[in-house]
Amino acid sequence: MANKPFAITLKPGTSLANLTGSWRSSRPVYLNRLPPCNNACPAGENIQGWLFHAESGDYEQAWRVLVRDNPLPSVMGRVCYHPCETSCNRGQLDEAVGINSVERFLGDEAIKRGWKFDAPATETGKKVLVVGAGPSGLSAAYHLARMGHQVEIQEAGPLAGGMMRFGIPKYRLPRDVLDAEVQRILDLGVALKLNTKVENIEQSMQDGGFDAAFLAVGAHIGKRAMIPAGDAAHIVDAVSVLRSMEGEDKPMLGRKVVVYGGGNTAIDVARTVKRMGGEPLIVYRRTRDKAPAHDFEIEEALQEGVMIKWLSTIKQAGVGEITVEKMELDEKGFPQPTGEFEKLEADSVVLALGQDVDLSLLNGVSGLEIKDGTVQVAPNMMTGHAGIFAGGDMVPSERTVTVGVGHGKKAARNIDAWLRGITYVPEPKHEIATFDKLNPWYYSDADKTVRPMLDIIRRQTSFDEVQGGLDETNALFEARRCLSCGNCFECDNCYGVCPDNAVIKLGPGKGFEFNYDYCKGCGICEAECPCGSIKMVPEDI
Amino acid sequence: MGYQTVKFYQTGTYTVGNRLLAPDERSVQAGELRSNSINSGHRACQGCGEALGARYAIDAAMAESNNQLIAVNATGCLEVFSTPYPESSWQVPWIHSLFGNAPAVATGVAAAMKVKGKTEVRVVAQGGDGGTTDIGFGCLSGMFERNDDVLYICYDNEAYMNTGVQRSSATPPTARTATTMPVGKEPGNVFGQGKNVPEIAMAHNIPYVATATVADLRDLEYKVRKAMKMHGARYIQIFVPCPLGWGAASHDTIKLARLAKETGMFPVFEAEHGEVTGVLKIRNKQPIEEYLKPQKRFAHLFGKHAHPEMVAHLQAIADRNIRKYGLLDEEKAHG
Ligand SMILES: Cc1cc2nc3c(=O)[nH]c(=O)nc-3n(C[C@H](O)[C@H](O)[C@H](O)COP(=O)(O)OP(=O)(O)OC[C@H]3O[C@@H](n4cnc5c(N)ncnc54)[C@H](O)[C@@H]3O)c2cc1C
Ligand SMILES: Cc1ncc(C[n+]2csc(CCOP(=O)(O)OP(=O)(O)O)c2C)c(N)n1
Ligand code: SF4
Ligand code: SF4
Ligand SMILES: [Mg+2]
Repeated sequence: MANKPFAITLKPGTSLANLTGSWRSSRPVYLNRLPPCNNACPAGENIQGWLFHAESGDYEQAWRVLVRDNPLPSVMGRVCYHPCETSCNRGQLDEAVGINSVERFLGDEAIKRGWKFDAPATETGKKVLVVGAGPSGLSAAYHLARMGHQVEIQEAGPLAGGMMRFGIPKYRLPRDVLDAEVQRILDLGVALKLNTKVENIEQSMQDGGFDAAFLAVGAHIGKRAMIPAGDAAHIVDAVSVLRSMEGEDKPMLGRKVVVYGGGNTAIDVARTVKRMGGEPLIVYRRTRDKAPAHDFEIEEALQEGVMIKWLSTIKQAGVGEITVEKMELDEKGFPQPTGEFEKLEADSVVLALGQDVDLSLLNGVSGLEIKDGTVQVAPNMMTGHAGIFAGGDMVPSERTVTVGVGHGKKAARNIDAWLRGITYVPEPKHEIATFDKLNPWYYSDADKTVRPMLDIIRRQTSFDEVQGGLDETNALFEARRCLSCGNCFECDNCYGVCPDNAVIKLGPGKGFEFNYDYCKGCGICEAECPCGSIKMVPEDI
Repeated sequence: MGYQTVKFYQTGTYTVGNRLLAPDERSVQAGELRSNSINSGHRACQGCGEALGARYAIDAAMAESNNQLIAVNATGCLEVFSTPYPESSWQVPWIHSLFGNAPAVATGVAAAMKVKGKTEVRVVAQGGDGGTTDIGFGCLSGMFERNDDVLYICYDNEAYMNTGVQRSSATPPTARTATTMPVGKEPGNVFGQGKNVPEIAMAHNIPYVATATVADLRDLEYKVRKAMKMHGARYIQIFVPCPLGWGAASHDTIKLARLAKETGMFPVFEAEHGEVTGVLKIRNKQPIEEYLKPQKRFAHLFGKHAHPEMVAHLQAIADRNIRKYGLLDEEKAHG
């Protein structure tokens, strides 16, 4: 080379001899950050992970990734309050990804196409008793069965589902959807004993030779309020009303029905009454923005013609009428009586003031700690009594279907470890892919897909499902709105923007690799990675 | 205008590629087999916009010409960092002569190919803004005037970077360079000088003139490929931030190019036979400060002895570009 005439012929590409990687003071590395949606999902779903497959139209794979964490996507896609969407980074760009609607689409697709869970690979020979076939019990049973344990659910009621069947009305959760997702869990080999109320947990465990138990009996006893009432006044509780909607004998409430309370249950009862031809009036002691019900539910109820009297308490219930007292909020936002009274027509009063847990099955069990009517559990979901775990509405936490499912999963992992004599150590969480880690420039503008709603007349007169689903094309569109926060989605940006060709493209599905022989550490790849999947780390020099 | 945008694939055509796009919808740069015209091991600074822009452009020209390409290079950073004797980064037939004569050399190469009957072999010439808008300008104008079959690409980093950041006729007003220090009271370049070579090129009525930046790869590739489909004299000026000369962070190279376009400071357009036929619209208009502040060459405009009147003057230049080229969509312009 050196004896060639100067600057006449240099061989192509020979600068490879010059390892410019030595200039670097920090190096880029690929990493996975935790998407905020995943972090917010009470069931711990890998949302970004299943959306990734939905984005390419591989719905079955998307569904399979989803059900690793949650066996009830069709139910979720209807009743979950989707905290994932509340924390979705896309919300800072235009509107959150419609995670919940894609989830429903996948769940419905699975039912339509008859997708089944993979059978457990091994059998452990251990027997676990699950008490209660609500979402929490079903979730635990599902995860335990997939881990190879023999599971039996004992359920007091005549059908599985818990509050998903005997609380949440049909117009929000059609029963064929629930039935299909429950059946798929049973198809894994989970035994379900209906009409089997567990009266004494230790006895039932002993009788069946169970090695561990998961309790998920929910909270079913309607809270009462001290309302002075005449003998003939018709006062019932909301949970019983909703439960009887599922049986032969529909509740007799009359025309003018007052619902007392401001939570989701109050809304559900009022909307149910409306559909049965009654005239529901919700009476609540505080204001709309202070009500525990979700605002979209209040809005839907109002649309359907449910009347709401804010800032009022019931003072007296008589025959055909009630007396309410007007309230006003003090500086702290608490309602205070004003001494102003009003009489209202009421053929019946439905109390929707929350529920207590029936803990009678735990009588005599040693080591338990009961506080505020709920069973205390350790972070591993075990009660104070070894081998007895609990979750869902009966333990202290937010009471939702999704939290129940999450408890079931967590308990299953810990029960599995406990049965093996080890402790379950969850994988360390990745750092969160917050919005500032993204480069939003690269995402196309795309507005959220709105789900269709049933027409108002049918919403007022039938129990048909109110909210519609997505179809294949708009589900695909919605999935592709995902920013893939913190996780490479193979956009080729790093490969393209490197001035030093120091990024190697490994091919579809394989991602990229840095060539540290030539990477000068400029950091352009990190800055221009749309999803925050590259991080610059200092070299130790 | 311009390149075919993909309706909606998550990132559409903003990213280099995307696993969801059909291979023919991806950019040349997304391809595993792109020609990598400038190979690794070159000695450009960390985050060099010129090294990036040259690979973007020459790879696209290679793809469009079926790899039948000869590149002529003027002196400047691009030449110096890519051919440190006895090595070369180039993976295309490449020839270097002088600082000021690249257009004339390219004219000669094109003529030679014609004489040899090698009609498939295409010629590009390339140089920095100094080589193009100053010292090589006479040769360039001649090449335009004769309508020689050459695509000339100017990598515009707004100063003579290779020799230590001296002012060129492409240096923007107020930007500090090594040779603007003695100009007046302020360390920056003066208002009212310099030349707009894309518009001068248009005045030659040549078949194609375009501007592009390293922040809009799809647009850049579209323009190079379009130019390569044509014959006669063609000119593309590519905006390539220089971290060293601008006093900017090496990771901000693409961001600064994007801001130059989004503020209106660098209008991105194309013109055929002297008439503007398309502009790349501003997507999310930004105030000029966003562009100026990350660059030390504009630092004297801010801080203790700030010069808001100069910033306003620069903003007025950007606004004029927006008006003149119609860089904002109607609704965005009024809304
Ligand atoms: C009207 C209403 C609407 C709601 N809407 C929503 C909603 O839209 N979204 C949402 O996320 N959450 C909603 N919730 C809350 C949600 O339904 C509950 O948080 C969830 O069902 C709790 O699950 P769980 O498994 O703990 O208990 P449950 O669902 O209550 O199930 C417990 C099961 O245990 C059985 N059981 C009880 N005692 C025994 C025993 N001794 N032996 C055997 N079996 C027993 C019960 O029969 C029942 O089937 C709603 C609740 C109500 C009341
Ligand atoms: C006739 C002549 N004068 C001066 C030089 C020194 N010289 C080499 S490169 C350069 C500046 C190049 O500036 P530009 O064309 O803008 O390219 P950049 O380095 O900025 O990419 C100069 C002045 C030279 N090589 N030849
Ligand atoms: S954009 Fe996608 S990954 Fe990011 S938070 Fe939203 S759903 Fe999750
Ligand atoms: S863009 Fe290239 S040179 Fe710069 S840090 Fe990334 S890999 Fe290294
Ligand atoms: Mg220059």
